[in-house]
Amino acid sequence: MGLHGGQFKTMRIPVETFHLGNGLFVTLSEDHTTPIVAVNLWYHVGSANEKAGRTGFAHLFEHMLFQGSAHVGSNEHFELIQRAGGTLNGSTWLERTNYFETVPSNELALALWLEADRMGELLPAMTQEKLDTQREVVKNERRWSVDNQPYGTMLEKMQELVFPPSHPFQHSLIGSMEDLSAASLDDIAKFFATYYTPDNAVLSIAGDFDSTDARKLVTDYFGPIRSGEGRPALPPMNLPPVFGSRLREVVYDNVSLARLFMAFRSPVFGSEKYYAASVASAVLGMRKGSRLHRSLVRERQIAADAGAFTLDLAKGTDILVVDVTARPETSFARLEEEVEREIDLIHREGVAETEVKRAIALIETDLLASLQSAGERADRLSMFATYFKRPELVNEQADSYRSVTTQRVNELISERFGEENRASLLYVPKEGVEPESVLTAAAGTG
Amino acid sequence: MVTALRPKPGPTRNYHFPNFLDEILPSGIRLVTAPVAKLPVVTVLVVVNAGSTNDPKGKEGVAALTAGTLLEGSKRFDGAELAEKFEQLGTSVESGADWDSAFIKITVLSGQVDKATKLLGEAISNPVFPEREIERAKAERLAEILQLETEPRGLADEKFSEFLYTEESRYSKPDEGSSESVSALSRKDVEEFYRSGYRSGSTTVIITGDISTEAARALVTRAFQDWPSGRAPHRPLIAAARTTRKSIHIVDKPDAPQSELRAGHVGLPRNHPDFFPTLVMNAVLGGLFGSRINLNLREAHGYTYGASSFYDWRRGPGPFVVSTAVQSEVTAPALREILLEIDRIRGERISEEELSLARDYLDGVFPIRYETTAAIASALATLVIYDLPADYYDSYRKNVRGVSADAVLQAARSHLHPDELQTIVVGDARVIRASVSDLNVGDMHVHSS
Repeated sequence: MGLHGGQFKTMRIPVETFHLGNGLFVTLSEDHTTPIVAVNLWYHVGSANEKAGRTGFAHLFEHMLFQGSAHVGSNEHFELIQRAGGTLNGSTWLERTNYFETVPSNELALALWLEADRMGELLPAMTQEKLDTQREVVKNERRWSVDNQPYGTMLEKMQELVFPPSHPFQHSLIGSMEDLSAASLDDIAKFFATYYTPDNAVLSIAGDFDSTDARKLVTDYFGPIRSGEGRPALPPMNLPPVFGSRLREVVYDNVSLARLFMAFRSPVFGSEKYYAASVASAVLGMRKGSRLHRSLVRERQIAADAGAFTLDLAKGTDILVVDVTARPETSFARLEEEVEREIDLIHREGVAETEVKRAIALIETDLLASLQSAGERADRLSMFATYFKRPELVNEQADSYRSVTTQRVNELISERFGEENRASLLYVPKEGVEPESVLTAAAGTG
Repeated sequence: MVTALRPKPGPTRNYHFPNFLDEILPSGIRLVTAPVAKLPVVTVLVVVNAGSTNDPKGKEGVAALTAGTLLEGSKRFDGAELAEKFEQLGTSVESGADWDSAFIKITVLSGQVDKATKLLGEAISNPVFPEREIERAKAERLAEILQLETEPRGLADEKFSEFLYTEESRYSKPDEGSSESVSALSRKDVEEFYRSGYRSGSTTVIITGDISTEAARALVTRAFQDWPSGRAPHRPLIAAARTTRKSIHIVDKPDAPQSELRAGHVGLPRNHPDFFPTLVMNAVLGGLFGSRINLNLREAHGYTYGASSFYDWRRGPGPFVVSTAVQSEVTAPALREILLEIDRIRGERISEEELSLARDYLDGVFPIRYETTAAIASALATLVIYDLPADYYDSYRKNVRGVSADAVLQAARSHLHPDELQTIVVGDARVIRASVSDLNVGDMHVHSS
C-alpha cells in the first residue's frame, strides 16, 4: 500500500490463503503501518439454519460463545481481550455468524488461542444457569432493539412478507420470546457439534503480523480440532426473479411518522447483476443527491428522510429496500403514492449516466475509507471466503462496481422494479389515523 | 485438544500518534495537517467555534440550523447543485453542530481532494441560506422532535438533560433546539449567527490522510481566501444543576416492555485536572464491558442487554450518567444495584485486578482508535476544541498508566455525588411506581408523555 493520487485502480491488499487438515480455511493480509492486528472468524451458520420452533437460536448461541470454554472462564474472553488493549464482538445474520477481535499485534496469539478454545471445546463450560441468564439478556435485547423501538420490527416483518413460508430466510433472526424460552442445553450441544466445526468456518487475520509466525500459531491452536460430521443441507432457496404479484402489509404501530419500506427481489450478493442492483440502490437512496432524497425530501418536501439499501444475501435471492419516512403532515396514503410514482418513473424511463457515475464515485470512496480498518479488511476476507471460497474478491469489488454501465443498471431496473416485484411494508402511527384514509389505502391493497 | 497453555504477549511494538503540523495561516485560520499515506484517501474537517452553547437565549437550535444549512446554497450554486457536485467527486459530506463547535467534514479520494476542498471553501465562505431550505431544515428538525415521542432512548436522554440543569443553562435544552425555539427561528437569525461566528480567528481546518503539509497549506489558503477575519463572540455558559436534592422523574409510557433508565448528576468540564483518574474510575464503574455495572446488571442478573456509565466531556461540565434499559418489572432492583455500585466505588479502593484491567485497556486500545483519516481528524479536533497540549496524545498512555487505586478512590469520592442523583425513567408508571418509591432516590414526579 502507500499509493498516491487516487490510483485506486492499482489498490490491492495482499491476500494469502491456506487450509488446515481439518478443513479450516485461513486467509492472511499483512499491513505493517500500525502495530495492531485483526482476527475474524466466520461460521457459515445463521438464522437460516435454525429448525422449526427455535427461531433466534443462532443468535442466542452467539451469546453463549462469550460464556467461556474448556480453558476460559465465563466472560473471561471479554476480559482477556480488553486487558490486552483489544476490542471485540460478534454478530449474527441470516447466513452467518462472525466473531472478531482487534488487538495490539503482540497479542495475536491470545486472540487466536481464545477463538480456538471455544471452537474446539465449548461444551465443558456450558451450564443451565449461563443459558438462563443469556436467555434473559437476549430477551432484553429483543425488547430494546425490536419491541420498544420505533420501526424495530422492520426486519422481522419484512422477512415474513418477502419470503415464502418455510423458506430459510422467512423467520425472525432475533426470534420469538416463546422459542427463546424453549432453547435447551441439548440444543446448544447439537448446534455446536453440527455447525461450529473448522470445516464450516473461515479464519482471517489482517494487519501487523509475520506470515510464518501466524501460520504456526494457527496450525498449533486450530490444528487439533476435529472436523465436523457434515451438516444438513439447506432446503432449496432459489426463487423466481420477481414476487409475481403486489405484496403489502400495513402496520399500525407506536410510531410518530409514517414510514414505507418497499422491497424488491434482487440478484444475489456477489453476482454480476448484484453490482448493478447495488448501484441502482445508491442512485435511488445514497445521500442527498440521490433520486429519492432530491425529489421527495428536497423538492416536494413530503418526506423527512429517504434512503435505499440491499440486505446482501448470497443465497437464493437478495432483497433491495427503499426506505422513506414521511413528514408529519404527509398522510401515509400520500407517502405510498409518491414513492410508487418515483419507482414507476424510474421503471419507465431508467436512470441517467450522471446518476450512475455519482453512485459509483460515492461507493468507491466509502469502500476505500472502510478498508483503512484492519477489522473491516479481515471481515471482508472472511465474507468472500465463506460465500465464494475466494477471499481475493476483496480486491475486485472496486472493479466490479466500476464496470457497471448505465445500460446494465437500466436492464436491472426494468427487470426488477415493475409492479409485480414490489412488497410494501408500511408503518402508520396508530394514534391519529383518520379512518377515511385507512379505507382508501385498504381498498388499494393488491 | 486445544492447548490449555495460555499464550504470553510478544514484545510490544512502538506506536506514535501520527505526526501533525499545527500552524496559523496569514488569514488567521488555524491549520492542522497530519499526513498519513496508507491509502489514497483524505479527510478535511473544518471546526468553527460556533457550537450550540453559542446559541443566543431564545434562539436555541440556531447553531445546528446554521451548520446544517451551510451547504444548502452559495452565491454560485443552489443546494441541489452543491450536493451533485460533491457527490460526482465521490465526496462524503457531513455538517452539523455539537455543544462546543460547528463542523463540516468531507472524506474523498486523494485524487479529488483539490476540487472537493475548493468547492467546500467557496460554498461555506459564500452561503446564501435560502429561505426555502431554512424552512425545510426547520420542518425536518420538527419531525425529528416529534419522533422522540415514540423513541424511548432519545426521550430519556432529553428528559435527563432537562431535569439535570437549571432552566437558565443551555445544556437543559436539546442541542438542536426545542419545537418552540426552532419554530421561531428565521433566516435572519441564521445569517446573523453565521456572520458573527464563522470567522478566521475561530476556525481550524484539519486535514488528514494522503496529502503533504505543503499541499494542504496551499489548498486551504486558496480554498478559504474569502473566509472573513475576526473572532466569534464569547458567550458565557451557565451549567448549574437544577437542584442538588435527589429526585426521580417517571415519564409514563403505559405498557412499555422496558424502562429506559438514566441516573446521574452534573459532571466535570473536559479540562478538569482530574480527567485521567476520573476516566479510569468510570471505566471500572461502567465504562467497559467488564465494568461493575455491566457485569452486575447484565451478566449476573440478566436485567438488561447492556448498562454503562460515562462522563459526557464538554467545555463546560457535561453530565455524568448511568444509562441502561431494563425489563419493566425489574426497574427497582436494577436501580438499586446501580446505587449500590456507586456507593461501593466511593466506599473502598478498587482491586489491583480492576485497576489493571481499566488501565491496560485504555493504554492498549489507543492505536486501534486512530486507524482511519476521519478518526485521526476527530482526535485532532479534540485537541483544538479543548485547548489540550500538543503532546496530549504522546503522553496520553503515560497519564493513564500513572493513575493509582488511591487516585481512583479520590476521583470517585470527589466526582460521584449519590446525594444529588437525578433519576429519569421512561416506562410504565403503573408497574414501576410502587417499587421504586421504596428506594432512597428522592421525591418522585410522574409526568405523562
